[in-house]
Amino acid sequence: MTVTWVALAALAVALAWPVPILLARAAWPARAPGTALVVWQAIALTGGLSMIGALLSYGLAPFGDTLVDGLRALPRSLLSGSLPRGSEFSQMFALSGAILLGIHLLLNLVTTFVRAERSRRRHRQLVTLLSAPMPERPDTRLIDHEAPVAYCLPGTTRSVTVLSAGLIAILDDEQLRAVTAHERAHATQRHHLVLLAFRAWRGSLPWFPIATRAHQAVAILVEMLADDRARRVVSDETLARSIAIVASESPDAATPMLAPDGSNALAADSPSATRRIARLVDAVPPLGLPARVFAVACAVALVAVPTVLLLWPAFR
Amino acid sequence: MATLGELERSVMDLLWDSADALTAGAIRDGLAHGNAAGAGKDLAVTTVLTVLSRLEAKDFVNRDRDTRPHLFRASTSRAAHMAELMHEVLGAAPDREAVLARFVGQVSPSEVAALRRMLDGK
Repeated sequence: MTVTWVALAALAVALAWPVPILLARAAWPARAPGTALVVWQAIALTGGLSMIGALLSYGLAPFGDTLVDGLRALPRSLLSGSLPRGSEFSQMFALSGAILLGIHLLLNLVTTFVRAERSRRRHRQLVTLLSAPMPERPDTRLIDHEAPVAYCLPGTTRSVTVLSAGLIAILDDEQLRAVTAHERAHATQRHHLVLLAFRAWRGSLPWFPIATRAHQAVAILVEMLADDRARRVVSDETLARSIAIVASESPDAATPMLAPDGSNALAADSPSATRRIARLVDAVPPLGLPARVFAVACAVALVAVPTVLLLWPAFR
Repeated sequence: MATLGELERSVMDLLWDSADALTAGAIRDGLAHGNAAGAGKDLAVTTVLTVLSRLEAKDFVNRDRDTRPHLFRASTSRAAHMAELMHEVLGAAPDREAVLARFVGQVSPSEVAALRRMLDGK
């Protein structure tokens, strides 16, 4: 059991600090955003699993030789109200921590999704009443507002792309095609689910800067993925130009958004639009297949390690 | 061809544009008038009432039950609803990212300046 919890704790620390920092700084994710997204998900999932797993296996050590034995013995011990011999205060502390952390993360995930679903429904109602369908573009609606915006409103059965009159006024047809292809990609690839999961992670660990960083990185990767889809429909230059035009006419520029705590919500180190454009203009070649396969294999191994450590009786 | 959503929108347009509260019958007539060839023409008042009840349940419409027939009015102006919508879209609402993905998210003023220079240079 000692080997297990030490190994898991080491893994948890690695995934909480150096690994995400390195990945956030790396250049290759822009060349393979889909692969990078898989790696980020593996890091988040494994980070959580190994953190809880380390606490659990340390705390359950007095209850049994393996995790499964420990979990079986735990309810009996709880009912009889006595702790097994040799149990230490720190182990009970770790055990409570594991249970609380697990519940906290799960509850946060659920409430994030429920709240998002509720505000999405409200938004959809507003969109239905305030926008007109565009006959020549399926699942696309036009709102009569001068701010140039385009966004995708994900739905369980049907997603809607919303364009504003202000956007149509500043883009030509080809550029509009770029925008709609980009937004449609968000919908078909269900990007909002990944974003929500990372948002929940950030929300449940607000004191943990890496979670914020991961959320930022994932948000840009998702945009790049949608850009890659749009590149199949329009030229790189058209797409880059569309991003530049919409960004430079952005209503945010006039009124910089302030976060509730008064700090500027726009992280200076993540100029998303600029990075997306640079990637198109510099024609960065996509990452080769062997490198992508290697990255995905690493991600799979990462998730497998804590699972195997926890369930493999030979380690105990 | 008119879906329920489109019908709701037409009804709200009428209520938003009307200074007074309207009866379901008046709304039906307004719909029939609005698109001569369209959906409103052979619409039953009961259908209009169904749409109004749905809108009432969503708090878009207030119903005055003291009169016969009931009078309906928009709970808030179109502009106020548009403001709520754009507030969410432009990211001022705390839950924005959860709901929708903008083509270009928030941009800092310095980034905008750099992008404008780039566009002008081309």
